Amino acid sequence: MTDLLVALLAAFAVWTGWRVFRVDSMVRASFSLMLSFVAVGGIGVLLSAPYIGIATVFMMAVEMMVMAIFMVMFMMNPAGLNPMSMVHQHRISIGAGLLAALALGAAVLLSPLPSNPVLSEADVVAELGHELLGPSMLIFETAGVALLATMLGAVILSSRQGRFGNSDEGSRPPGLTPEGEPAGRKPEGGGGHHHHGGHG
Amino acid sequence: MTLSIVLLGAAALIGIGLYGALSQQSFVMLMMGLELMLNGALLAIIGFWSLALGGMPEGQLLAILVMAVMAIEMAIGFALIVAVYRKRQADMTESIGTLKQ
Repeated sequence: MTDLLVALLAAFAVWTGWRVFRVDSMVRASFSLMLSFVAVGGIGVLLSAPYIGIATVFMMAVEMMVMAIFMVMFMMNPAGLNPMSMVHQHRISIGAGLLAALALGAAVLLSPLPSNPVLSEADVVAELGHELLGPSMLIFETAGVALLATMLGAVILSSRQGRFGNSDEGSRPPGLTPEGEPAGRKPEGGGGHHHHGGHG
Repeated sequence: MTLSIVLLGAAALIGIGLYGALSQQSFVMLMMGLELMLNGALLAIIGFWSLALGGMPEGQLLAILVMAVMAIEMAIGFALIVAVYRKRQADMTESIGTLKQ
């Protein structure tokens, strides 16, 4: 019974993962990825890892909402009304993906897998807590510091005002036609050639 | 048996993620491929922990670390996308070809 449910959820995770690159709208792609993560979280709950499974679902639900906002910012086909395919080196990518999947699958099928399941009466969440705040505390705290460094780095990288002036100074939007006039915001001035004393 | 199913699913997810990360032109879609590969890694870790390690708590710790890696990858990735867009008005990998030189 568990086998069947796990197999169904794994198939669902793979199918929604495949849909990520097949749907026509990037927002649908991010929700499809979220469904894939939710299926993996469900497998975690079924395989007696309730904390990991539920944490995955919660974290990915929030992460994909943020992702959807970025999708709206950067996508070129908002409504998904016409087919979207923005790919390069397509054949190589298909080959690499297939090769990786087949090689890993062959490794799974050909190697003798150990069988040592979790005891059903084991208190896995309490064990995880004791591990996190006991022997592996340094690892856990290092992850916390890495997340703090990530926050600082993300703010510094994405801030508009850099140390040497505005980060978008001299940037030029792509033209509507190749080498044509910029489509959106016009670049200001000539990019450093004119030194008017007045502004600033 | 269950472990084989879980690991095969993880292998397929990693393959699809690799395809996406290599083939997509848009930065955000490329990051979806990276996330999908991490999703496969997470699935394999959960399977191994639950069915082959006898419930060693370090296995769950590894899953939590993978989740931290996902969060870091997404935050820094989007910060880099915003930074590149500010500087070059680029949201496709082809637009920053000058980085090669």
